[in-house]
Amino acid sequence: MAGKQTAAARWGAEAALLPPVRAGGPMPWVIAIMIALTVIAAASGLSLRNAAHAASADLSGGLTVQIVHAAPAERDRQGLAAQRVLKQTPGVASVRLVPQGELDTLLEPWLGTRPGDGVEGLPIPALIDVALSGPATPARVESLRVALAAVAPAARVDAQAAWLAPVFGAIGALQWLAGGLIALLAVATAAAVLLAARNTLGTQRETIEIVHMLGGTDAQIARGVQRGVAVQAASGGVVGLALGIIGVFLLGRSFSALGSGLVASGGLHLTDWLMIALIPLAGVALAVLTARLTVLAALRRFL
Amino acid sequence: MSSQPAEITRFDNVGLRYGTDKEVLTDISFTLFPGTFYFLTGASGAGKTSLLKLLYLAQRPSRGLIRMFGTDSITLPREQLPLLRRRLGVVFQDFRLVPHLSVYDNIALPLRVSGYGEREIASAVGDMLDWVGLADRRDGRPATLSGGEQQRVAIARAVIARPDILVADEPTGNVDPEMALKLLRLFEALNRQGTTVVVATHDVHLIRHVAEPLIMRLDKGRLSDPTGALRYPPRPSASGNSGRAGS
Ligand SMILES: Nc1ncnc2c1ncn2[C@@H]1O[C@H](COP(=O)(O)OP(=O)(O)O)[C@@H](O)[C@H]1O
Ligand SMILES: [Mg+2]
Repeated sequence: MAGKQTAAARWGAEAALLPPVRAGGPMPWVIAIMIALTVIAAASGLSLRNAAHAASADLSGGLTVQIVHAAPAERDRQGLAAQRVLKQTPGVASVRLVPQGELDTLLEPWLGTRPGDGVEGLPIPALIDVALSGPATPARVESLRVALAAVAPAARVDAQAAWLAPVFGAIGALQWLAGGLIALLAVATAAAVLLAARNTLGTQRETIEIVHMLGGTDAQIARGVQRGVAVQAASGGVVGLALGIIGVFLLGRSFSALGSGLVASGGLHLTDWLMIALIPLAGVALAVLTARLTVLAALRRFL
Repeated sequence: MSSQPAEITRFDNVGLRYGTDKEVLTDISFTLFPGTFYFLTGASGAGKTSLLKLLYLAQRPSRGLIRMFGTDSITLPREQLPLLRRRLGVVFQDFRLVPHLSVYDNIALPLRVSGYGEREIASAVGDMLDWVGLADRRDGRPATLSGGEQQRVAIARAVIARPDILVADEPTGNVDPEMALKLLRLFEALNRQGTTVVVATHDVHLIRHVAEPLIMRLDKGRLSDPTGALRYPPRPSASGNSGRAGS
């Protein structure tokens, strides 16, 4: 047949098969809320991931060697010996014996400094800060332990990352929670679209039958419904993205007020913002796909 | 438009029941030939609409065999029904215009679903509006039209895609005798261009306006063939029109 249309023109013509979507229905608002919550959940998940990344990058090569010995002289001797051995060990980027004055400052809030507090009598360990050039794997920690045992039997070697393991565990759990929330929000959005599409089919049953009788296909009817849903989802998505970003900024402000280094390092990168900007598009795609599948499934019951 | 098979439609021992009720159509067998003009008559409730629904693929029969354009339409997968339906033009008893669409868009529907371009649609719909005398109502909604005007929109929509067969269910039921005759002439004109026409009516006066009508008669769901037209192709008339409708 001559004069066939382009896909774009057909899209417009087929949209006219079903009545235009009435503005003011609940669908755009439902989608706006879903998108806003998804944006907040995604932003939280991404900044937690960034925080964990930053922390583990700082800590992954970090080791602490403590020399715990009751006799200060022996403690200092083992400390110097350990420092010497560490400096000669391959893969060790830097070694720093923390000076006594710094240790005192570190411990002051807990132990006090005034004479007569009994501080002098407490056995304070010598502390050596070690940075490895690679991550502090359990194997490397163990080999250092063995190497130090000969010269400094009182040495205790700990990977700094190990101290933060519970924190990383908590961050991981929160990231899973954010992911789970996003999945639930997607399901809820799809359910809302499914109900809206079914409602459209119910109210437009007569029109659909007519279009069928005139040789219209299920796909043409589905495209009509899809277009209506796409328009609603897009307007909801824009509003939802705006609300979500406002929410993210408010949350970010109250968290940075905490002043914790971990939170400060959890800022969002440009790529994170791009991902967040894709959320409304994903929402529209999900809504359109759901509408299409719903309509096609329902139309199978028509002749 | 497309190559005409030797027969448009064949029904073989078709029966139809709604739900578990008794059959409303029983042992229906007939063949419709290309380019002919048939009347389907019978009292109200005889089953005319039910028979036409089978014909225009809005209903599957409870038993029997139906072939449309040489294709078994009963076992045909439903994805393939649209292509058959696009070769049919239907004037529904209750018009079934799409309420949210203008007169223009209602008439354009069959071309839209077939994927025609808007330029082609505009010229075809314009011709159609002139033909049924509704050019000044092109932007009106169906609800703003009189019964007779709605009927003419329904007819324009049914014929705009030049169907191989036009099926009209009581198309003169809502109009005065003068308009009824005008519509009849319109169907005849279409028939002369090669379209097979089936008009269901219980209006015997209308049939009298046709010289030698071919009549399918329904009585309580059974078909009779008073003019002997349903088994063999009617003899072609001198005008080249194989139907015997028209004056
Ligand atoms: N959808 C339906 N469900 C149940 N019974 C129906 C339905 N349509 C028609 N009938 C019954 O089938 C019989 C024939 O109806 P119909 O085909 O409309 O006859 P006509 O068009 O000749 O008046 C009637 O008894 C009618 O009540
Ligand atoms: Mg009827």
